[in-house]
Amino acid sequence: MEPVRLSYPVEGGDFIQAGEASSKMKMTLKKLGLPADVIRKAAICMYEGEINMVIHANGGRADVEITMDQITLRMVDQGPGIPDVARAMEEGYSTAGPEVRSLGFGAGMGLPNMKRYSDELHIDTELGKGTTVIMKIKIG
Amino acid sequence: MKHAVVLDGTRCRGCTTCIKNCPTEAIRVRQGKAAILSDRCIDCGRCIQVCPHRAIRSVSDSLDRLKDFRYCVAVPEPALYGQFRHLEQVDQVLNGLLHIGFHKIFEAAKAAEILAEYVARRIEGSPAKFPLISPQCPAILRLIRIRFPRLIPHLDPLVMPMELAATLARKEACAETGLPPEEIGVFAIVPCPAKVTAAHSPEGLSQPVLDGALSIRDVYLRLLRPMEGQNNLLPLSASGATGVGVAMSGGASHARQAKRYVAVDGIENCIQMLEEIEDGRQPDVDFIELAACTQGCVGGCLTVENPYAAKMRLRRLMDEMSPTSSWPAEPEELDQEIITFSRTPQYSPAFRLDPDRAEAMAKHLRIQALEASLPGLHCGSCGAPNCRAFAEDVVLGRASADDCIFKVRERMRDVAGPESDAYLPPPFRQKKPREGSE
Repeated sequence: MEPVRLSYPVEGGDFIQAGEASSKMKMTLKKLGLPADVIRKAAICMYEGEINMVIHANGGRADVEITMDQITLRMVDQGPGIPDVARAMEEGYSTAGPEVRSLGFGAGMGLPNMKRYSDELHIDTELGKGTTVIMKIKIG
Repeated sequence: MKHAVVLDGTRCRGCTTCIKNCPTEAIRVRQGKAAILSDRCIDCGRCIQVCPHRAIRSVSDSLDRLKDFRYCVAVPEPALYGQFRHLEQVDQVLNGLLHIGFHKIFEAAKAAEILAEYVARRIEGSPAKFPLISPQCPAILRLIRIRFPRLIPHLDPLVMPMELAATLARKEACAETGLPPEEIGVFAIVPCPAKVTAAHSPEGLSQPVLDGALSIRDVYLRLLRPMEGQNNLLPLSASGATGVGVAMSGGASHARQAKRYVAVDGIENCIQMLEEIEDGRQPDVDFIELAACTQGCVGGCLTVENPYAAKMRLRRLMDEMSPTSSWPAEPEELDQEIITFSRTPQYSPAFRLDPDRAEAMAKHLRIQALEASLPGLHCGSCGAPNCRAFAEDVVLGRASADDCIFKVRERMRDVAGPESDAYLPPPFRQKKPREGSE
């Protein structure tokens, strides 16, 4: 069975639009009749991924692939890369600047939340080149 | 389910204003007339507000229905009080109601205060999940039911003030008159089509408790004369300012003395908030009040006055009132049986493409493929609000791919050659008629 594929551009620095890809994806997942808890996990992972690309990478792209058993989210950016992935995975650790924090972002929960709400998380990052985050959510 | 929002085919010109403004994409234009997809309509009344031809109306019950009953009770929603220009006290309106066929009044505002008291006394708190979502606006309730199923457990399962008022009023009327309950007519006077629908098909009750709902607009006109030169007003008003305040956004939060709350008004804002709650990124609050209409019930499309003026008038009235009604609720008024939902609202997946997931995915692939071949101008000429909705309609068998004017143009060009372009309206032309004419 051919998977359903969705793709959303994410604009850098645009906090107002951040969350749009997540909302649009969520509507599609509801149309497909996926279980509510799966939709929620996917939406949280997508939102955190979007925010990260907005804050750190001047935008990027979010690709979604839906099969009968899982949702795969692929967040691709050409940003600065993550210097210390292990630290970035720690709750509360963030390199976001004061302006970003004043908007209520940069609480250091992005990657930890992505890990928590996905069943698989792969981070492929290269300094100066960009980051690709792949998250899989199983459909029970 | 019967909706209060209906179309008047003689007035509808088939323009696309309503389809573009409907928050649930529930309207299509077919054979030159708008038509409502019943399973998606939440009776919010947006279409009624935007229709330039006044072709979308709300059917509410007529005052003639009072004749079907031996004894009639009015349950006025507090938004009614904000409609009159020089109102000094709520009793002027309530006494007026006794002159247009009602025998007794039970204010929804009073019921709102009883509900608030119930909430305050509820030792174990609400059985619902935090943050609690207010169950006061039936359009929002229905929206949650068709689009945000995960949020159903967040609804504080309390009946609407007009519903509690109806139950209590019928009981009182039976005791006072000795009549059987079915000979007593209980009618709400409401600001919006969602409440008309809710009176007949309640969201949280297994049986309707109201016999009908009249629109504030209809009742307003009938009240003007009896309210002139009133004297010897009977003291009927039983609510304080708190109950009256629930007609405005934030009023329900205030009534239940919520400390950490957010009050959202306007359907688009509500949808955005519901999206955020669904993802767990709502503001840090315990209670979320949502009203589909601007400024809350005062903004209902069946009112007379603009929402801001109505709000100002309510405020002025409230300044002269005591904060709450002078007597506390009776224990039987706080009975959990009548004050909480008698049935749990169920998810009604109005947007699902197919009950079978594999089939839904197959349909989605066909929708995506068709959408990619459409112009993406969302012109509405096909009768759907945007190209994606049109693609969905085609795949779900509600429309034909030939309904797209661009598809037709392609075919015309095939038949009549490139000159046919000039006969199309400007948005559909590919070239300017004369090159370099400017």
